[in-house]
Amino acid sequence: MWTLLRIELFKIFRRPRTYIPFAAIAAMILIIQLGLKFDGRSYLELMMSSLSDSFIIPYGMIMNGYLVAFVILNTLLIQVPLLVALVAGDIIAGEANMGTLRLLVIRPVSRTRLMLVKFFASVIYTVLLLVWMALLALFLSMLLFGTNDMMIARNTVMEQIKSSDVLWRYIAAFGYASVALSTVAALAFLLSVFAENSIGPIVSTISIIIVLTILSEMNIPLYDNTVKPWLFTSHMLAWKGFFYSRSDGQGAAVAGSVENLPAILRSLGVLLGYIIAFVTAAIVAFKKKDILS
Amino acid sequence: MKYLLLLPLFFVLLRGHAQEPATLLQKVRARLDQVNDYQAAGLMKTNVPFLKVPEAQVTIYFKKPDKIKIKNDKGISLVPKGAVTISLNTLLRGSYTTLDAGLDTLNGHRVRLIKLLPQDETADLVLATLYVDESRVLILRARTTTRENGTYEVEMTYGKYAAYALPDKVVFTFNTKDYKLPKGLTFDYDDGSKQHASGGPATGKVELIYQFYNINKGVSDSVFQ
Amino acid sequence: MSPIIEVSGLTKSFREQHAVNDLSFTVYPADIYGFLGQNGAGKSTTLRMLLTLVAPTAGKIRIFGMDLRTHRNEILRRVGAVIERPDLYKYLTALENLSLFARMSGIRPDRRQLMSQLELVGLAERAHSTVKTFSQGMRQRLGIATALVHDPDLVILDEPTNGLDPQGIADIRNLILHLSSHREKTVVVSSHLLSEMELIASRMLIIDKGKKIVEGRADELFDPARTIVELDTEDTSFTAEKLSHSQWHPFLRERRGEKFVLRMDKAQVPIFIQDMVQLGVKIKAIQPRHSLEDYFLTLTTANQHVDSFTD
Repeated sequence: MWTLLRIELFKIFRRPRTYIPFAAIAAMILIIQLGLKFDGRSYLELMMSSLSDSFIIPYGMIMNGYLVAFVILNTLLIQVPLLVALVAGDIIAGEANMGTLRLLVIRPVSRTRLMLVKFFASVIYTVLLLVWMALLALFLSMLLFGTNDMMIARNTVMEQIKSSDVLWRYIAAFGYASVALSTVAALAFLLSVFAENSIGPIVSTISIIIVLTILSEMNIPLYDNTVKPWLFTSHMLAWKGFFYSRSDGQGAAVAGSVENLPAILRSLGVLLGYIIAFVTAAIVAFKKKDILS
Repeated sequence: MKYLLLLPLFFVLLRGHAQEPATLLQKVRARLDQVNDYQAAGLMKTNVPFLKVPEAQVTIYFKKPDKIKIKNDKGISLVPKGAVTISLNTLLRGSYTTLDAGLDTLNGHRVRLIKLLPQDETADLVLATLYVDESRVLILRARTTTRENGTYEVEMTYGKYAAYALPDKVVFTFNTKDYKLPKGLTFDYDDGSKQHASGGPATGKVELIYQFYNINKGVSDSVFQ
Repeated sequence: MSPIIEVSGLTKSFREQHAVNDLSFTVYPADIYGFLGQNGAGKSTTLRMLLTLVAPTAGKIRIFGMDLRTHRNEILRRVGAVIERPDLYKYLTALENLSLFARMSGIRPDRRQLMSQLELVGLAERAHSTVKTFSQGMRQRLGIATALVHDPDLVILDEPTNGLDPQGIADIRNLILHLSSHREKTVVVSSHLLSEMELIASRMLIIDKGKKIVEGRADELFDPARTIVELDTEDTSFTAEKLSHSQWHPFLRERRGEKFVLRMDKAQVPIFIQDMVQLGVKIKAIQPRHSLEDYFLTLTTANQHVDSFTD
């Protein structure tokens, strides 16, 4: 299994196009950081507009590395799944396109094992993308903007987390994000089985994610109560839940707490369920497939 | 806290009767006058419907006659503006008519209600009501109505530093604009928790618990920049 | 001698079409087994079924005495194949490609072993070049090296000479002969070129429209005494009329445009020509034909299964 995995990773990382997502992420992050460094004040003023009348706002302290990292993560919500789909959608269809799939399948390795190894390879790729993001979005921001308490602007509530209470939340968030992105990878992986060319799976995955995300965010009662809890896109945002603290009943935030951990864990369960379903379906479909490419 | 800002008031009052409002207030002022400056350590608790912030360890600086600053050395604190600026400016400028509004009980203490009406009709301050504990010569509560900044209230509890007329605890209640950001901007995670339903102005409460005061040890002006 | 490959009743249908229809054949050790058929006859599909790329609709396949369905990995460890164009990873070097596939087949060759494989196919100098820079012929050779790197007992080559120049074709031919005679490997080669196949195959299977036409030893399948001739005349309708009334009528197999194709013993050809001339037929040309299409005409009826040919 390890030999096969090493071979898959070797194939992925020897291909120039693999590095495009890393470069793209770096570019996007640096652009955001530059923007906030030069004019973060406008952004904050927007965020704090309804508070600035009643409160003295220490803008300089609020614009710190932890906040910048959050802004970056928020902004890259749509882009990173696309980058994940780029590799995961290509992993079977790309081989079919290149003609190498038929050489792989005649190896004395079961198709199931082949598929599992390829899926794990795409998960590892996803995790590496996230580690890269963490380094640039979080640690670089901490270096450029310093650290302080973190303000989270929610829809109807503004939350504050003490600086000593932040880092573990980011670790948990990145951990959750890797599962969320692996779900995208699993979908792209499944679609990749049915195509002879990677464009199809990549575009389909992105389209599906966009449509489902719209459904998840729309707040139309018909969808809210029926379909929404079952869409995996509704649960991909749960990493933010690690930044929502519990209230102590008198309006103060409780340090080290998570507002609704069971909800996050439930979302995690839904995502894991989807991953298992997608990958199983992919393996079943692949086993039955006649390789004519 | 806010009641300290009423200091200038007393320069304008003329009545001298011991039990008359002006006299009473003058007595209070005399006690306050002992304090030229102080640096205090306090715990600030914020209870505003749309804010979820942790308790903060803050330092409060005061310098006669009207400089106040609340500082959080370790992190961010959202200090209500009224706590340090609003009343101070308004009250400094005006001259008032004092009215005796009778007696009442507040938190188990007998208090005399004194209403202040600014003589300047264009002033931001419309009305101020002081609840003064006659026996201890301390202001327990001040309720102020302004034109621009709504109504706010300051309630004081005294203990160790009552001799200086410095409170152990101040509860500052104020009106604020409501807070709301569009969902398309925040992309919140809906974890099913019931959040504060926004819509219309809200009332906020900030509680400041003074842990100890360093009185008259000297406070530099640069602190208030 | 127990067979290397035993196929019985093999069928593959796509929708309602039978790409392969009730095919049975046997390959013995050290055979160079030729798979012959026109394009679309079902050769490729059959080979893909032997390699588990395609699942049969019906039928049984046994390789090395084991059922392919239940002993797949064990069998494939000892099989090497090149299917149609050898597509390899263009962005990797020859050496990297070879190493990759070797390790997937369960062996861990060191650099020396890999380089000697590349020498065998004449690619040692280009070991570190990416496949992107290779010509078609070089890719074919690398494909074969990949098929052989794990020293398989059975080698399956699907149209290995496609797109090669005559030198390339000769190289492949020599390699196949070498594999069989010096390395004791069993080779299954498919092609649509009868002339090529005749030069190397020891046994052959001819298939058409997914069905077996005939199977047997090469020298048995082609009776050297018989031949196909193609007659080109000046007045086609006149010739047709004369032929139909002559004793040569049963020898006529088909009309190809203006030409007539007949089957007869070689010894009969001079007599035939004489007869035609005497009947007044103006002969423009008379040529022997020896293609696969013509071979089909040597059979008594077009679609009948024949186990061996004797006439």
